Amino acid sequence: MFDNLDFDVIRRSLPYLFLDGMSFTLMLTGLSALGGLIFGTLIALMRLSGYRLLGRVAGLYVDFMRSLPLVLVIFWFYFLVPYIGQWLTGASRPIRVGAFTSSLVTFIMFEAAYFSEIMRAGIQSISKGQPAAASALGLTYSQSMRYIVLPQAFRNMLPVLLTQTIVLFQDTSLVYVLSIPDFLGAASKVAQRDGRLVEMYLFAAAVYFVISCVASYGVRRLQARIAIVR
Amino acid sequence: MIEISHVNKWYGPSFQVLKDCTTSVAKGEVVVVCGPSGSGKSTLIKCVNALEPFQEGQIILDGIKVNDPKTDLPKLRARVGMVFQHFELFPHLRIIENLCLAQEKVLGRSHDEAVAKGDKLLERVGLTVHANKYPAELSGGQQQRVAIARALAMDPIAMLFDEPTSALDPEMISEVLDVMVDLAHEGMTMMVVTHEMGFASKVAHRVIFMDKGEIVEDALKTDFFGSPRSERAQKFLSKILSH
Repeated sequence: MFDNLDFDVIRRSLPYLFLDGMSFTLMLTGLSALGGLIFGTLIALMRLSGYRLLGRVAGLYVDFMRSLPLVLVIFWFYFLVPYIGQWLTGASRPIRVGAFTSSLVTFIMFEAAYFSEIMRAGIQSISKGQPAAASALGLTYSQSMRYIVLPQAFRNMLPVLLTQTIVLFQDTSLVYVLSIPDFLGAASKVAQRDGRLVEMYLFAAAVYFVISCVASYGVRRLQARIAIVR
Repeated sequence: MIEISHVNKWYGPSFQVLKDCTTSVAKGEVVVVCGPSGSGKSTLIKCVNALEPFQEGQIILDGIKVNDPKTDLPKLRARVGMVFQHFELFPHLRIIENLCLAQEKVLGRSHDEAVAKGDKLLERVGLTVHANKYPAELSGGQQQRVAIARALAMDPIAMLFDEPTSALDPEMISEVLDVMVDLAHEGMTMMVVTHEMGFASKVAHRVIFMDKGEIVEDALKTDFFGSPRSERAQKFLSKILSH
């Protein structure tokens, strides 16, 4: 069965796969995680703010995003955003949004919903005495959040946040539906061009597997270290 | 300095934790608040710097009404030091950073100024060598002394202590009380919730006894320990002093 497989195709396409494909995937993962964390933290703060309306809006957003398949959101966003942009700005033609920008915004919005739940749990895990002590020293609510509560919540939740980022790393392969050359997209292009589907998809799976495994192992070690410090 | 008048507080619609509490702490005075657990003494002291809201009555702190919605609470709280039962040091910051944070962010002191002040106070509570450690590396008594130093770093006009020794192992209580006794002798205005009757009899001017949300007795130290008027205070004292 393996007689007519040509694994040399992998070697020949390595520069394209990694320099173009993987760098796109990693960039998308990194920026989405960062943006998702920032927006997710804001959403978590809204939900915990005690203002009912803010909390409701944030809660609805999270529920909405978590109830939709990611592929669908990616699709919609890519095809709808140009028209929404046109409608908002009153331009005569649909706004041009690049594939990278579109997928980045999609992932940030989508991941924000998941990261917000993690950060919410993190904030709630801090004992009430901490913000009380911060208040007693004269720190305002936002100072207490910024210097006392959020750093501790972030540190406590770091392993979970990183685990979610590993999932995100795998999920970015879904931009493949937009024919964007991320790692999987690049592999698929080569596969179809050279008629080497089995080789390329096996290789892509192996790469995702190795990177995710190594990253998970790293997270576990980090978790053990954090547990000691606490 | 601290004027508490007719304060009522409810948790939920029916459970009243504070019932018509009225008392005061004069400048330079040390007042000990005691009473059985659940009597509302911690709640009362937390009302003084508005960590706990209350529904009726008023508290005036150095001429400023605490329960006025227009009061700048962070600014007011920065002028009153508070020490908690569970220390509440910030675990992600080094000891010296614990002392500097509010000085810099609230009082606007420069980092060098804040560190100088922090060092001085650490020396005062005898913990200079631990400046660069994290709170978790210190014993309970040491952590509580850091917490006192952290409050003092803000140059407070008064200090509130909420059961500062209740979470400590017996052998660590005296190191914390020593710092508090020194403070009292220096003329710091202090309101102290504690069961340490030895501390009360040594430095307190007045003792307030609370039970079931009420101030049952508010007397000079000598009167309180000599001949408490209320039966409830007598009972409490006999239980707490008999061993």
